[in-house]
Amino acid sequence: MVSSDIDSAFVEFDHVQKSYDGETLVVKNLNLSMAKGEFLTMLGPSGSGKTTCLMMLAGFETATHGDIRLGGVSINNISPHKRGIGMVFQNYALFPHMTVAENLSFPLDVRRMPKAEREEKVMRALDMVQMGEFGGRRPAQLSGGQQQRIALARALVFEAELVLMDEPLGALDKQLREHMQFEIKHIVDGLGITVVYVTHDQTEALTMSDRVAVFNDGVIQQIAAPDELYERPRNSFVAQFIGENNTLTGSVTKIEEGAAEVTLDDGEVIDTVPVNVSAVGDRTRVSIRPERVEFDLSRLPPGAHTVNAEVMEFIYMGDTFRTRLRVAGNDEFIAKTRNAPGQNRLRPGAKLKIGWHPQDCRALDA
Amino acid sequence: MSAATRAGPVLAADGTPLKRSLARALRMQKIRALLLVAPLLVFVLITFVTPIGQMLFRSVENDLVADTLPLTVAALADWDASAGELPEEPVFNALARDMIVAVREKNHTKLGTRLNYERTGMSSLFRKSGRQISRWDPEEDAPFRERLIDVHEGWGEIDTWKTIQTHSRRLTPGYFLNAVDMQLTPDGPMAQPESKRILIKLFGRTVWMSLVITVTCIILAYPVAYLLANLPLRKSNLLLIMVLLPFWTSLLVRTSAWKVLLQQQGVINDTLVWLGLVADEARLVMINNQFGTIVAMTHILLPFMILPIYSVMRTIPPAYVRAAKSLGATDWTAFWRVYFPQSVPGIGAGSILVFILAIGYYITPEIVGGTKGVFISNRIAYHISFSLNWGLAAALGTILLVAVLILYWCYDRIVGIDNVKLG
Repeated sequence: MVSSDIDSAFVEFDHVQKSYDGETLVVKNLNLSMAKGEFLTMLGPSGSGKTTCLMMLAGFETATHGDIRLGGVSINNISPHKRGIGMVFQNYALFPHMTVAENLSFPLDVRRMPKAEREEKVMRALDMVQMGEFGGRRPAQLSGGQQQRIALARALVFEAELVLMDEPLGALDKQLREHMQFEIKHIVDGLGITVVYVTHDQTEALTMSDRVAVFNDGVIQQIAAPDELYERPRNSFVAQFIGENNTLTGSVTKIEEGAAEVTLDDGEVIDTVPVNVSAVGDRTRVSIRPERVEFDLSRLPPGAHTVNAEVMEFIYMGDTFRTRLRVAGNDEFIAKTRNAPGQNRLRPGAKLKIGWHPQDCRALDA
Repeated sequence: MSAATRAGPVLAADGTPLKRSLARALRMQKIRALLLVAPLLVFVLITFVTPIGQMLFRSVENDLVADTLPLTVAALADWDASAGELPEEPVFNALARDMIVAVREKNHTKLGTRLNYERTGMSSLFRKSGRQISRWDPEEDAPFRERLIDVHEGWGEIDTWKTIQTHSRRLTPGYFLNAVDMQLTPDGPMAQPESKRILIKLFGRTVWMSLVITVTCIILAYPVAYLLANLPLRKSNLLLIMVLLPFWTSLLVRTSAWKVLLQQQGVINDTLVWLGLVADEARLVMINNQFGTIVAMTHILLPFMILPIYSVMRTIPPAYVRAAKSLGATDWTAFWRVYFPQSVPGIGAGSILVFILAIGYYITPEIVGGTKGVFISNRIAYHISFSLNWGLAAALGTILLVAVLILYWCYDRIVGIDNVKLG
């Protein structure tokens, strides 16, 4: 008997392992469950196992160990064409010898749907991606963005409840990519379908997803909502991989509930939130986001520690200023400030004190 | 200023038209490029285009009669063959004068051989008359009419003269008519006698067998090409070497190997007899017939089918088949509706290559074809080296060439030549 907890999960990976050569595991003991209608992104560097997971879910790779369940039913032994999962491929994989309309009607055709119904659904899907007039064209006659829309329409046209997307925007230029991110998000939200999205682009992951699973080395490092992931990374890999991040190394000198004092390697003392440290003497790598660095010490809570900094470089970026500092021997310490009236433009060589709210500084694994 | 630029041609900075100054700038480049290819161009022109052109011209060239018997041809121009009467004395006189010269220059037997293609008996007529006529004097021995008929009764036959008259034109459709089992008679083009009609049948057989070979090659090559394109690199390289291995072996050796395998005392028959599947006295006849030619040529031409198909398949990303499956297609549907249509250009290229090679193949049918399995090319070779009827050989070759070109044109119209990928 399955528990009620498993019942509510729509997609579930249960202790899944995958090895290609029988020597190394590409995916190590993956456990993941997704609710219906969720937009989950698998994010990670190449070779981290995210695409393998997607391929196992689609049925093009078989799990070496463990169970993959869809709607509570194990799909390990169901062949890909019977899974009813829509998929958008990296280079769209639109069939070049068929017109756009034929591409879209292919999944309906193999399901032996009557012609009238097929045409109506194809038309509706084309309208949904605003490509209604392009039914008679060949994929080669379309631009990258248009092909992307057709690929999306084709994955959605047969009303799959689960759609997988394998770096679908990878081949587009930056501006179009950002535009398509919102478009895809709106379409799938409107249809209420469940999406598993694979990308190595962290902005894409943050802007589109309900939850993001950060992969590294075949293991999910953290799975959380975008804000949680960005603001409260659980380990230094996630902190480094998501967004820009400053790290300083040191050892814990005082620890209590919710706060830890860390002595940096040059002897300065800072306040942190303990995440992966538990005892005095633990080595740690602390993480501070550049935009949380404070130059105006009066805004810090009373009694907060400050550190010495020297300005190495000042970069004007329009909406923001980037100041590169040397802090505790690290010359790659970045502080980001908004281009607001009265904001100081620091000169290289200037020496000053900086600080941050203790809750913005997280003591992670060394 | 701006009005002038709008109205007239675009000008370069120094005022010359831009087109001319561009042409001047590119001229040096063009000349240099031409000089680089010139040696090859000359080589191809001298050793390839010219001989082929000459050979093709031989299929209509017919100078021998007009050159050897110039006076006779002129005299015969007024003779009405349909009246049913022998020509008058002036024609005989002209013939005698021509023959005296021809015999002195030893041209009369050549002429006899040439006319013998058209009418049997002409060869011996010229040879036998030549010996006597050589002793005659054009002035003293006239008149010649009775004298010539005395020397050989052939000169008294109207058909002899008709034949000379018919074939006296310098360009003749005769060889082409011969090539399609017809002949140019004094009464116009006629069908050859039943016993001599073999060429049309041979053309038909050549096309038919080439088609069979092409289809067999497609069936055998497609799975191999698929494996080549889809196996892991190390295995596919090994397979590719095995595909190419026959290329590195002499054609004669490969064909002879088939002889060893297929003959009645050969490996296959011996094995079958030993296994008891075939009785010793009823050994299979697998060589010196069409079967032998088809088997050996399929084997020899197979790489020409495998390689184009392989090179096209290699460019088909595996994502297409995956996409088809994710959209609900079974393995077969995904293959048939998505993979196969994309591999068709390779099949087209391979088929053209194999068919064109097969239709003009010579060595293999010669060795393993016997009498039933030979191609038109073997007949061409026969006319080139044994019967020495080069005109007919040239006509057969021209027909073959035109047939291939027509086929190519049809393919272009139906499939589109842009769809052919050779690599």
